[in-house]
Order: sequence, then C-alpha cells, then structure tokens
Amino acid sequence: MRACVIGAGAIGSLFAAHLATVADVLVLTRRQEHVQELNDQGLRVSGGHDFTAHVTAASDPGDLPDFDMGIIATKATGLEAAAESLSGRFPGAMIMTVQNGLGAEEVVRRHGNWPLISAVTFMSGTKHSDTHVEYILDTPTWLGPYGDTPYERVQELAQLLVDSGLKAEALPDLRPAQWSKLIFNATVNGVAALTGLPHDAHFAAESGEADLGRLVHALVDEGKRVAAAAGVELHDDPWEMNVHATKRGSAHYPSMLEDVDARRPTEVQLINGALVREAERWGVDAPLQTALYRLVAAREASYS
Amino acid sequence: MRVCVVGCGAVGSLFAANLARLEDVEVWAYDLFEEHVEAINRDGLRLSGAGDVFGRLTATSDPSELPVCDFGIVATKAMHTAAAIEATAAAFAHGCVATVQNGLGNEEAIANHVERVIRGTTFPAGKLLEPGHVQWDVKGDTTLGPFEPRPAPLDEIERLAEACTRAGMPTTVVRDARGPQWRKVIFNAATNPVGALTRLTHGRVCEDPELRRLVSGLVDEGKAVAAAQGIELDADPEDLIDHAAKPEIAYGHKASMLQDVESRRPTEIDYLNGGIVRFGEEHSVPTPLNRAIWSLVKGLEQSW
Repeated sequence: MRACVIGAGAIGSLFAAHLATVADVLVLTRRQEHVQELNDQGLRVSGGHDFTAHVTAASDPGDLPDFDMGIIATKATGLEAAAESLSGRFPGAMIMTVQNGLGAEEVVRRHGNWPLISAVTFMSGTKHSDTHVEYILDTPTWLGPYGDTPYERVQELAQLLVDSGLKAEALPDLRPAQWSKLIFNATVNGVAALTGLPHDAHFAAESGEADLGRLVHALVDEGKRVAAAAGVELHDDPWEMNVHATKRGSAHYPSMLEDVDARRPTEVQLINGALVREAERWGVDAPLQTALYRLVAAREASYS
Repeated sequence: MRVCVVGCGAVGSLFAANLARLEDVEVWAYDLFEEHVEAINRDGLRLSGAGDVFGRLTATSDPSELPVCDFGIVATKAMHTAAAIEATAAAFAHGCVATVQNGLGNEEAIANHVERVIRGTTFPAGKLLEPGHVQWDVKGDTTLGPFEPRPAPLDEIERLAEACTRAGMPTTVVRDARGPQWRKVIFNAATNPVGALTRLTHGRVCEDPELRRLVSGLVDEGKAVAAAQGIELDADPEDLIDHAAKPEIAYGHKASMLQDVESRRPTEIDYLNGGIVRFGEEHSVPTPLNRAIWSLVKGLEQSW
C-alpha cells in the first residue's frame, strides 16, 4: 500500500505521519525547503501521540511514483491547484478529499476520473514547524463514498486510518456528517472571524438579549432549514456540537479567525458561500447566514 | 440665560464654545476629563476647522459646583447618559434638558431624573485635539422638540434654539422631533457597525452590491420600527447613505464605530442597533438583522 498526502498543513501532516506507520507515504507539498526538511528529518508527531515517521516528499508530482491512495489535505483555497497538479497522472489511485465546505469532490472530478472518497475530519493539530505537528484533538474522521465508489473501498481506507492510530469511521452516506460540519463551521468560523473571539463560552451564552449564543443558535437553525430542504438528515445537531466544543478546557481558534488576524484569504467562499448557495438552490430564506457570509467576504476585501 | 453642557467632548464643545460667545448666555460645562476641564478654565475653549471660535466658560468635574441652570445640553456618549444626568440633575430642577446625542434611549434616561426634557438630533461633528481644543469637522443643523412623556414647554425650547442659532449652531424646533432622530439612528445603525465589522470605509461598504444590500436590510427593519410608532422620517436614510458614499462627501470616512473598534473603545451599539431591537420588540416588529449585528459588535467588544 502506498499513500500520497497532498498538502502538508496540520491535517495533512497528521494523516501522513500516522499512515507512514502502516504504509509507504509520499507527501506532495509546494515549497522546496519543506520537501528537503521532510526528507532529511522525517515528520514528528507530539501531543496526543509521540513518534517520528519516515516520509518521501516532493514538490513536483512528476517526481512521484504511482500510489494507491491519495488524500488531498490542502485548505479549500488550495484545492483547485492541488487537483490540477494530479491531472492526467496516477490512474490507479483512489482520491479522498477532506476540505471544509461543500463541493470539493466536484472540483477534483473536473481534473480526473479517479474513484473519490468524501471525508470530513474533526481532528485538529498545530504545526510547530515544517517537520513537527502536535496532535491536539483526537476526534474522528468520517468517510463516505462519492459517486459510484464502492463502499468496501471506503471501509478499507477507514480501517487503514484506524490501524495507523487515528480515529475514523466509514459511513454509507457522508452527507449528513458533511452538512453537520458545514453548518457548524459556517457559523462558528464566521462569528469568530468577525468578533475576534476564539470558540469560547460566549458562543453558547443565551441569557442576555445581545448574547452571542442567541445569534449562533439562530444561524444554526437557518442552516438546519437549508439541510432539511436539501433532504439531508443531519448526523449531529450543530448547536449541540457548538455547546459541546465550548466546554472543552481551552478555547479553539477557528482557522477563519486566524486567517483574518493574519490578513490571509479565508475559506469563506467554500464554507459560508457553499451554505448560502445551497439555500438559494433550495429556495430557503437564510438572511442571517447570508449577512455573515457578506460580512466575512467584505472583511477579506478590506485587506487591500 | 444659564446653560450647562453635560459631557464636553467634541460635540458638547461645539455647543459650549459657540454659546459662550453670546453676551446674554452664561455657559457651564460638566465633564470628567480633568485635564480638559482645567485647560478650559485656564485658557478657554477653542474650536478650529469649519469655524474658528474661542469661548470663555466655567468647567467642572464636580456636579455640586454647578449653579441652577435654565438649560442642560447632554452630549456624552450614550452609555454615559444615565450616570451623567444622575450626577447633575439637581442643577436642572427648574430647567429643561436637551439631548444632542446619538442613538435611542437617551431621552428616557434623562427623564428618569429631570421633569422637562427636549428630544434632539444634531449633525455637526468634530474631535478633541487636545485639552481645551476641539477640531470642528462638519457644520450642520440641530433639531429640537419636546420629549412627549416629559415634555419641555415649546417656548422654552424656542428660547434655547434661538440662542444656539444666534451662536452659529443653526437649530430648528419641531413638534415631533422623532423623524430627524430616527433618520439619523437608522443611518448610523445601518452603516456604522458594517464598517466596524468589515473595517471598510463608508464608500467601500456602499460600492460592494452584496454588502449594500445588507445595509438596506438593516435600513428596512429600522423603517418598519419607526413606522409602527407612527414616526414620519424627514428624509429617506437610503438617500443619505448614497449621498455620503460620494467621493467628495464621505467615501473615505471611517465610521466612528470603526474608529472605536480600532482603538478598542466601547461602542454605542446598544443605543443604535440595540435601540432599534428594543423599540421593535415593544411594537412587535421583528428585527433579526439588527439583532445579529448587535450581537456581533457586542462579541467584538468582549474579545478585547
């Protein structure tokens, strides 16, 4: 079994290092120094797990041998370029997407006919350097078939991830989980990016008139109406996911907040934009999610 | 005639310095900023910019020093109204008190301590450059009228308006001053927080069609709340918003709330969008967008 992880941020690094304990792992990443350091030093995991894995890194897909399993773990903003770089290559590979939002599979499909697996991941990590990632939340990755990918292949990959030490579960239909995360992400990331608050107790507070939890709840309710109109029965209630997450010891800094603070492009188009486009597609009014989307997109526009 | 300006910041100073030029008006100022009070008493109060004015008046941070006054003009930030009027109310036991502040709820707070209240809206603006010296940025009109539940007599309102006009602050008296007030509140509530949340200037907010639509959504809710109270706006806030977006007017203007956010000062959001939500509740008019914006800006304040 040979796997290739495309994009070596925190999530990609966690997949690559763990899979390297049960398979040959290739890493495709953009920066040459990153490639060099991974090849020289391997990839260290600390935190929840503690080990250093050997991986083979490259920045040019032409330098990679054929592989069986590709995991595209770039941010949603880097997906198009990643899929394009695989175009016309690796005919025997199956490809998994783990991007936030909706529609990652369609983007990859435009660049090749590989069987696809959809995934959402709730694990989290912090990259301390190009060769060191801290495994923070050992929450699971959920996988499901996309299009006519046989479910057995999904189960095999889920098992491989479990064997590598990660939490993973195969689901015959991923959409309920994908939508739960979409609604959760659009709401929590958007509100965090605009308020500057990490995902803390403010997000669950509903007693005062202007308490943020009331807005979060209303945003989630809108998202649930969109999911219902799309015929999706949610895997988890995003409001409960929110309340639960605010009760963990340390408050998480959602990536959209980190992006806005660093004046980087955010995933707002692929997360909040996706939800608003679905609302339009199914004819559901979503004025609050629409407002949130416009405000974050405008905040991004304020960088220049 | 003896007038006390309560809260002698930028707007209060415009009234205080101009009125102090009149022979027949004795001006006092109450403010908690000690250096400003000392500078005014030592060197007088100076305005420069749209008008160059020098006025002699007596300032104090000690309410017990205030003599009995014919009029009060409250010009604090809205969140300080209650404390300021509670401290100074004894000076107005036989007088009338006008508010020239932003937002909703100031008249109600004043009426808790004063018998005769004047509802007011003012458009001149400036900023405090240093103690005793205020930059006068924009000239503009002031409208005064009786606060219906605890009204000041019309002839007294006329007397104050006549003095202000003669002093160079054009002021008109109307029977129902809610129209101009709500026009300004709706304008401010629809544009200030959007600028504060996105960090965009007024012109850039307006040239993004999606964001401009959100602004209109906020305006529509405000108009509905005004209409439910039988208030006739004296101008359409939409026209004011488009007018201000012109390059020669205020395209590059950073809303005062954006300036507050950039310097991490408390904003007047409770009295703008929060005020629209409260009046909406009283008249059973839903205001979901104003409520969302209120929560987001409160969250932003909590992140400091």
